[in-house]
Amino acid sequence: MAEHKSHGVSIYYKVFVALMVLTVVTVAVNRVHVGISAAIIVALMIAAFKGSLVAGYFMHLFNESNQIYRVLLLTAIFLIFLMFLPLLGRWSTVTGLQHRTPLTPSAAPAAESQH
Amino acid sequence: MEHATAVHPPVAHHVEHAPELGFWWKYVFSTDHKVIGIQYAITGLLFLLFGFTLMAIMRWQLAYPGQPVPVIGAWLGAGNASGGVILPEFYNQLGAMHGTIMVFMGVVPLAVGGFGNFVMPLQIGAPDMAFPRINMASYWAYFVGGVVMLASFFVPGGAANSGWTSYVPLAVTATTGQTWWLLGMVFLITSSLLGSLNFIVTIFQLRAPGLTFMRLPIFVWMQLVTAYLLLLAFPPLEAAAILQLMDRVAGTSFFLPSGLVVSGQVVQISGGGNPLLWQHLFWFLAHPEVYVLILPGMGIVAEVLANNIRKPLWGYKPIVYSVVFLGFMSFVVWAHHMFLTGMGTTMSAFFQTTTMIISIPSVIILTSLFLSLWGASIRFTTPMLFALAFLPMFGIGGLTGLPLGLAPTDIHLHDTYYVIGHFHYVVAPGTLFALFAGIYYWFPKATGRYMNDLLGKIHFWGSFVAINIVFFPMFIQGLAGMNRRLYDGGIQYAHAQETAKLHVPMGYATFALWFFQLFFIVNFFWSIKKGRQAPQNAWDATTLEWSAPSPPPHGNFPEPPVVYRDPYEYSVPGHPADFTPQFQSDKKA
Amino acid sequence: MDIPYTVTARPDTGLFNGKLGIWLFLASEVMLFGALFSSYVLLRVGAETWPRGETILNVWMAFLNTVVLISSSVTMVLAWAALKTNQFQKSRWLLISTFLLATVFLVVKYFEYTEKFSHGLLPSTNTFLAIYFTLTGLHGLHVVGGMIVMAYLFGPGAKMFRIAPERFTNRVEITGLYWHFVDLVWIFLFPVLYLL
Repeated sequence: MAEHKSHGVSIYYKVFVALMVLTVVTVAVNRVHVGISAAIIVALMIAAFKGSLVAGYFMHLFNESNQIYRVLLLTAIFLIFLMFLPLLGRWSTVTGLQHRTPLTPSAAPAAESQH
Repeated sequence: MEHATAVHPPVAHHVEHAPELGFWWKYVFSTDHKVIGIQYAITGLLFLLFGFTLMAIMRWQLAYPGQPVPVIGAWLGAGNASGGVILPEFYNQLGAMHGTIMVFMGVVPLAVGGFGNFVMPLQIGAPDMAFPRINMASYWAYFVGGVVMLASFFVPGGAANSGWTSYVPLAVTATTGQTWWLLGMVFLITSSLLGSLNFIVTIFQLRAPGLTFMRLPIFVWMQLVTAYLLLLAFPPLEAAAILQLMDRVAGTSFFLPSGLVVSGQVVQISGGGNPLLWQHLFWFLAHPEVYVLILPGMGIVAEVLANNIRKPLWGYKPIVYSVVFLGFMSFVVWAHHMFLTGMGTTMSAFFQTTTMIISIPSVIILTSLFLSLWGASIRFTTPMLFALAFLPMFGIGGLTGLPLGLAPTDIHLHDTYYVIGHFHYVVAPGTLFALFAGIYYWFPKATGRYMNDLLGKIHFWGSFVAINIVFFPMFIQGLAGMNRRLYDGGIQYAHAQETAKLHVPMGYATFALWFFQLFFIVNFFWSIKKGRQAPQNAWDATTLEWSAPSPPPHGNFPEPPVVYRDPYEYSVPGHPADFTPQFQSDKKA
Repeated sequence: MDIPYTVTARPDTGLFNGKLGIWLFLASEVMLFGALFSSYVLLRVGAETWPRGETILNVWMAFLNTVVLISSSVTMVLAWAALKTNQFQKSRWLLISTFLLATVFLVVKYFEYTEKFSHGLLPSTNTFLAIYFTLTGLHGLHVVGGMIVMAYLFGPGAKMFRIAPERFTNRVEITGLYWHFVDLVWIFLFPVLYLL
């Protein structure tokens, strides 16, 4: 177990206050209606920061053993591959086979049932 | 923790006088890793036999479509086989459940749950797994999952019938059995999650003094990489199973596109889902799963080979680095199962490249094992025969996989019998032979007796010939274009006429293969009571499990073992014996 | 027979068994929720229209739940810190507070769900609601799981403190790690589902 240099609990209260403030900020920022992409970026950045506070202080990740870091690094790499998945569905698809007129959801079954 | 030690009694040193456990606690709800390993192994073997029997029934239908199944045809039930003739729906159930049972309830539980549990803690000199009760929970989750799967045969509409891959939207609109399949999978996934984290913790935390990572037997390395694959690749399938369950039970449309038509009717759903999402999530698991199937087998072969060539394995370090690299790469090749889903050239180029890269470490491992044979004076024991057969069989399986990993050839071969031939060569004469090698090799450790050699050799030669007659013609059929899922073996297709005849010898070879397993079953039970007595180190081996009594007591080692050397020190010059065990100190030698 | 390193750390890894075990478990949980987030993104970018959460869901209830869950994380970590200084009773009360806060979370969630159901908003209504119910439902199950463990620790499991205080402290620490992870997932779920 990683030896914690101090067992002072004051840090937990500080983190608590920071998390509360950031939660309010998340909601407040969302009241200001910017574009959806900007809103997503800001909200996820705040969430990532809050998440790192929880992981770093509450879960003591900032002074954990190297073994844990290695496990988490591996997980992080595979998570990135996993997040790659939506891109696969969108980025690279076969071209040249598209329908000349785009199929609307209601038109699709009609076209199918004619066969 | 200094401040706490004042009130902390020295729990680590109190002597436990364990009372004699009753039958139930000793053999059924045991927390001993060896008992759990044996439970896993026997349950896994039973599922393998059951899954194989399902296949034998299908093989009859393929060889003689429309003719009643002999002997057991009458027992299959009129709803499944009218007058003994298998109905198409039942054929689909058999196919789906054969795949599911063999992969998730047969090979993995036997290779990881069985051998991993029994052998790995002994090989690292641990008294037990790190979490014995979680270990027990892992077995029972597997057991419940297995019961759910078996019970699904008896629900209306029968068991899951959408293939072991459960592709959507077919699986979402399938009969009730699919819901049971998903529930069963949730239990099986939980089981392997509990098992895999236990394995990793055990290997990291409970290695004996002196057993550094570069002194670990290859089998332990294989189990470590396998456990990581199970730990990190299974959750996406669990997520996918949850989503499919929601689609089936709560009426969501995660995998159902807008305007879905089933049997000429537009389905009333909210739509907007993506069928390809299932395939991505499924193969994100199922490609690493391929390595889960093969790596423990490779580990067993390495152990048996090293023991019977009586010299150190050639290339310990290349094997270890290769398997770690292999495990890592197995997470970035999944979409090579999906070349025909409309993937563009950029993506298919990427996945073709990673697939070719991942074949390199497999080749390094196999080459190292082959080169180890060079100049050895080989002992042809029964386990060694199975291990030796593994090498070319896995070689055929692996090499035939390359054309499937390249999109241009895969477009022709996709979903043909060629694919079936490819992965069965990897898993059946590959992994299963390795697992048989392991059973013959470690049986003396588990029981204190050898298995019968003559029966073992009949089992080996019979299986070896039969299994090749079953699987080799599949390459020919596949190249001729025969689809893998045809209920009647393809007789209504002109292009399949010539190769459909091959189903007949393949069918007879399947029954022969079944017959030769009887030699194993008889041998197994006979040898428990009547086999030739084995000494503690039954094969003059070097790894730690042979320093424990046979069978090892609860807690394994009378004295905690200490490791002094590398795992495979056979025929070291200047030593009196041709093997120098890891647990033997230099002073004694 | 005793399993080594259940209480003390193994020198070369710096960990006791349970800690490595729970981190591995959390790693697999990361992959589970990661796969669901990934599915969410795939479904969202593929959809023709996607509602912003605040137009359907009740942001203030979720805000309240965020506050509740973060508070429960603090009481959890304080419960562990109290045990480290041998204040058993204080620790027990903090554990009970964590349990109660978790209950509050679930009660709020219950009102949210029933309100949606009463307006005919079901998982089958559209893909947004489908992923909303799936993600929050799975998260809710994790909350229930954590509560069961906590109930064991301040209930029948508490007697271990007298026999093996260090081991008991480790158990609370491990439970805490899990609980903070549940909190962490919610920190991402809140903006993703309710705001964006």
